[in-house]
Amino acid sequence: MAEKEFDFSEVAMRLGVSRRTFLKFCTGVAASLGLPAASAMAMAKAVADPKRRPPVIWLHGQECTGPTEALLRSEQPSLAHLILDLISLDYHQTLDAGAGHQVEEIKKKSMRENAGKYLLVIEGAIPVKDKGIYCKIAGETMLALTHEAAEHAAAIVAYGSCASWGGVQSATPNPTGAQGAPQVLKGKPVVTIPGCPPNPANFIGTVLFFVTYGKLPPLDEKMRPKWAYGRLIHENCYRRPHFDAGRFANEFGDEGHRKGYCLYKLGCKGPETYNNCPSLEYNNVGGGVWPVGVGHPCFGCSEGGVGFTKPLFSLAVIKTHTPPNVFPEIQDRQDTGGLTAGAAALAGAAVGVAVGASAIAASKLNDKDASASGDQED
Amino acid sequence: MKRRDFLKAAAGGATALCSVGVAQARPNLEPAENAVGMLFDSTLCVGCKACVAKCKEVNNMPPVIEGDNREWDSARDLSGDTLNVIKVYKNGTAKLKDAEVNGFCFEKRSCMHCVDPGCVSVCPVTAMRRDSLTGIVTHHADVCIGCRNCMVGCPYNVPQFEYNDAFGQIQKCQMCNQAGVERIDKGQMTGCAEVCPTGATLFGSRRKLLAEAKRRMRLKPGEIYNYPRGDISKPYSYHEKAVPTYQQHVWGEKEAGGTNVMHISAVPFDRLGMPPLGERSAASIAEGVQHTLYNYMALPAIALAGLTYVVRRNTDDDEGGES
Amino acid sequence: MSACKPLGGRILTAPFLFFALIFLISLYFMAQRFISGMGAVSNLNGGFAWGIWVVYDVVIGTAFACGGYALAFTVYIFNRGKYHPLVRPAILASLLGYALGGFGAFFDMGRWWQFYEIFLPWNWNFNSVMLEVGLCVTAYIMVLVLEFAPAYLEKIGAQGLLKTINKLLFFLIALGMLLPTMHQSSLGSLLIALGHKVHPLWQTLQFQPLLALLTALIMGFSIVIFEASFSTVGFKRSSETPLLAGLGKAIMGLLITFLLIRVALLVAQGNIGLLFAGDRATLLYLIETALFVIPLIILASPVNRRNGGRLLIAAVSMLLAGSLYRFNAFLFTFNPGPGYSYFPSVPEIMVTLGVVSLEIMAYLVLVKTLPVLHREERA
Repeated sequence: MAEKEFDFSEVAMRLGVSRRTFLKFCTGVAASLGLPAASAMAMAKAVADPKRRPPVIWLHGQECTGPTEALLRSEQPSLAHLILDLISLDYHQTLDAGAGHQVEEIKKKSMRENAGKYLLVIEGAIPVKDKGIYCKIAGETMLALTHEAAEHAAAIVAYGSCASWGGVQSATPNPTGAQGAPQVLKGKPVVTIPGCPPNPANFIGTVLFFVTYGKLPPLDEKMRPKWAYGRLIHENCYRRPHFDAGRFANEFGDEGHRKGYCLYKLGCKGPETYNNCPSLEYNNVGGGVWPVGVGHPCFGCSEGGVGFTKPLFSLAVIKTHTPPNVFPEIQDRQDTGGLTAGAAALAGAAVGVAVGASAIAASKLNDKDASASGDQED
Repeated sequence: MKRRDFLKAAAGGATALCSVGVAQARPNLEPAENAVGMLFDSTLCVGCKACVAKCKEVNNMPPVIEGDNREWDSARDLSGDTLNVIKVYKNGTAKLKDAEVNGFCFEKRSCMHCVDPGCVSVCPVTAMRRDSLTGIVTHHADVCIGCRNCMVGCPYNVPQFEYNDAFGQIQKCQMCNQAGVERIDKGQMTGCAEVCPTGATLFGSRRKLLAEAKRRMRLKPGEIYNYPRGDISKPYSYHEKAVPTYQQHVWGEKEAGGTNVMHISAVPFDRLGMPPLGERSAASIAEGVQHTLYNYMALPAIALAGLTYVVRRNTDDDEGGES
Repeated sequence: MSACKPLGGRILTAPFLFFALIFLISLYFMAQRFISGMGAVSNLNGGFAWGIWVVYDVVIGTAFACGGYALAFTVYIFNRGKYHPLVRPAILASLLGYALGGFGAFFDMGRWWQFYEIFLPWNWNFNSVMLEVGLCVTAYIMVLVLEFAPAYLEKIGAQGLLKTINKLLFFLIALGMLLPTMHQSSLGSLLIALGHKVHPLWQTLQFQPLLALLTALIMGFSIVIFEASFSTVGFKRSSETPLLAGLGKAIMGLLITFLLIRVALLVAQGNIGLLFAGDRATLLYLIETALFVIPLIILASPVNRRNGGRLLIAAVSMLLAGSLYRFNAFLFTFNPGPGYSYFPSVPEIMVTLGVVSLEIMAYLVLVKTLPVLHREERA
């Protein structure tokens, strides 16, 4: 035990936070992933003594670098430091110290030497129109660079909405033919972590899971980690009781808006957007700091077909109709009861027939006995 | 046969049946040696229904769909698909938790794992069994004929038959220890106790749980108590809460012989749907009657001998026994 | 026995066709029960697991089939040979009643394909009343088959087999008195384990077997009167009233015994106050008791006993009384807990009516084709 404590102190120092903060962070990540308490320790140990430090090639396409910037803005510990501690970031256009041909050479060398072992992260969309000339880095199209990097990658992660399904540049009329990585790399499995920007915790949680257990967490049909994207915002939103009770803000600044009522009528796309924003919120400052929390309807930034596609203030399609919580009362029973008019009538008829027949038979017997005793001595 | 003989025989028969009236019913069964059970504290339950969801998961049961609307799971009560359900007690305005008047509280319904189980007593083919060591009452569909005597014989209406399945079976909580699940055998606790966030469902040995229940009765309402969560012998955490005014009664300590799954509450138990039970189990009385009449088939054998003798004699009087 | 002969006559009479129609309709629901499960056809639920299939088809139906049982005592214990002519029709009705009661039990079994498990000794739970009922009813059906066999054997002229059975008959008759005593009383004992769910007016605990047995005997004699009366009227035969009058006297003793014990138990078990509760249970108790007392009053008078019509009314009243006694205990005042209720569904009722119809149809056919009814000197 003393050995491990020592290790945690060391890694905490490396990351620039206290040991306590580091362990709290690991616990938090484990909880967000829905993992049992023991996983927090496993993750902490993996960070302290990582068995794998996969090389990472990080490509940027049509994007604002939002996802990377969001990642860099995180603290407690500095996620940037954490990531850089866990991985060998061989190529990143924003974080690389160098620039120009040198950096491109390093990238190609790394891809050669680590063929089959490196993690490819794609940030930003890939234009495909006119053979992809609308985005070029170092003289090569993003399209070609993506295919090249993807060929020998061990795993591919599309980070951010642009890389996941095209993002803002794919909005109509999409003049450059912008697409997400999964659409370009057809046939290859691409983990997507959408959002504009995505909550960096969704990325770090998935990477940490991979580093600890050597495999990816369960993914949905769009290859999004289920722990983060498994529920609609509508299902977890704390303004949901207002929705269920029919209390809405009708205009920005009106009484309902000031009271924090549901923003559905203002166009909130929570009902058709999968993400964990209500739970994790943003910027690590707590206290309701996420779009709905600060009074603006969600616009579905992480959902292809919703974000940058549907108008901001148009009403969302309700994808599920999970009603409020219901409790059966003590005397509520399953499948009980049953008295119908038909059944009562039938039962009554049956008894009636039996009794009636008996009455008729009785009177006939009386006649018979009467005539019999009339005929002969008893 | 003369009237005298008949009267003698009838008197004998009637005495036999009347003697059943004063027959010593066998005493209630005792709790098993290492009886395991649960303690449900209604005052701790917040109605989160995590136990209902976990039970469905552990036992591979589907959610119950009410009409055409799909809610998460809208079970109204125990059924072939629901082995554990949380029900609400409401009165008047239902504003105060654990108040009998104008209050509300939650009640868990699942198998009570009785010490003297009615279901075990009445089953003709021993499809219901009480484990001699743990006291867990299990069901065995491989011999069950589906007579549903266990359903009417259970004071709590726990066993549920799958009426909507042409090849259905009885379903009831088996304390997560049935073949293929075996959580208790593997040293784990029941699913419901494991997920309960407040410790309302607590797992452990019946002895310890009964002691804990009595301890809570003695606490002063309003004082803060550290309620254990999970397994009483090794709680994984505690839940601090002010002690309520409990009903001074542990349900299942003695009712019809007692149960392994005991309940405590601030609301009287009859309001929570608990049956009006005395200390004597009805099963023990029924068994007393059966055994008095049929032990070793002695009385029937004697009766048959007597009847055969008389019939023989009477039919011999006629022309050699014709029908 | 040469004293009996087939009634002959047309099989496809109007009554027969009427019952056949009901039976055919019920076949549809019976098939549905096996294909889709009991829930599709019945209103059984978690609190009322025993509905009319158990309570009517098995419990009441077998009590209706106690004609042979009751007559066996009369003829073979009391040695009243003059009732002999009533025996074979009673045995037939008993056989049909018990066989269809057995079918009813099988039909109601949730896991009917495992029905044989109750016959395997290593499964037996000797604490179970249901075990005794199942085994004993099965054994009794076999005894009834053998007791009725001579009617069939006479028709086909199998003299050898006939002689064998006649030799064993005394033992079969003795069994035919022991077995119903055991299972009819056990059908009452079933109520003991149901404890508080049975209304206190009917939960006599240790005395359940005794009361069940008394009512079974009362119903047994009553059914003999009932079917003899309908045979007379329906088949246009001579009246059996002189014979039945004697039975009327025997029933009185049973009625008085039953009513006295019932009241005594009410007082002894401290439930007399419930009679004044003024609720549904009180009403049902009074109706049930009235249905027992009215025939007692009727039968008390020798003039009435010699009157076929009044005998029949008394018999029907007792059959209703005995049925209501069982219905009340098992269903009408049964209270499993708050929120439970039960009334049979239309398909459920149709199944029961179908079984009864089949029984009547079989009786009609067999009475016309086999030597069951005794020969008459006049047409």
